[in-house]
Amino acid sequence: MPATIEREKELIARIIAGETDLFHELIRPYERMVYLSILTMLRNDQEAEDAAQEVMINAFRHLKSFRGDAKFSTWLVTIAMNEARQRLRKAKAAQFESLDQTKEDREGDFTPAVLTDWREIPSEALEKKEMRQKLRGAVEQLPPIYREVLVLRDLEELNQEETASALGIPVTLVKVRLHRARMMLQKMLAPYLSTTAPAKKGFFGRMFQ
Amino acid sequence: MKLECKNVWEHISEYLDQQLDPKLLTDIEKHLENCEVCSAILDSTRNILILTADNRTYELPVGYSERLHARLEKVIREKKPSENEPA
Repeated sequence: MPATIEREKELIARIIAGETDLFHELIRPYERMVYLSILTMLRNDQEAEDAAQEVMINAFRHLKSFRGDAKFSTWLVTIAMNEARQRLRKAKAAQFESLDQTKEDREGDFTPAVLTDWREIPSEALEKKEMRQKLRGAVEQLPPIYREVLVLRDLEELNQEETASALGIPVTLVKVRLHRARMMLQKMLAPYLSTTAPAKKGFFGRMFQ
Repeated sequence: MKLECKNVWEHISEYLDQQLDPKLLTDIEKHLENCEVCSAILDSTRNILILTADNRTYELPVGYSERLHARLEKVIREKKPSENEPA
């Protein structure tokens, strides 16, 4: 768990004052967060690790500019997302997906996978590698503008304001994109997962619209 | 107000985040009681998000932390942050 805000403030002050070794301690709670947020964007283990290192180095070098008006974690994840976006932009020419091409879907233009009989998947199912891959694969398939919001809100559990601040977008857009992202995940995963769940008596005859 | 399924779907995310205003929340809950489709969509979405956020879904590469701190150590030795320009 992250250190208390007070402890963090103290660490930051001491690091800036010259006790630079304390930087190791400062970032330890956020190693996973930084790596994951970048990994989900770049979709490449090795590049994500390199980028995560760069982020921490940048954070160290610019620690003085951290003013403490945001949480340190939000500041750090902002640097991480910027690094990820920069690398994505560089790779853009070679790929088809675009970060800037925001192309929001039209309002209401999303349909979840319609099921009548959902059996909850217990978290023990994650012991299976295939299950983990399936989930990660679905996240990877989200367009980047949706993926980044989902990762910060649902994986990193930043609140709406922190997510908006880290991504430099309005809160309203965070909400809209998060909703789309979640619906897209549901649409991709629910049909697959419902077939892997133990069978339950079917609810036949109920067709949707 | 009687809601159609489509209206409920539009609010699933806010429902999960408990951001609905009380009136709409009541209407949606009423709808959910009687609609297997919407209940299943809501439950599956919630379940999928829980699974995706589970620590086991994403694993850190073996040795990630060690490599990170080793590289940081080099940088820390090189330069102190106070000697740098602000970002």
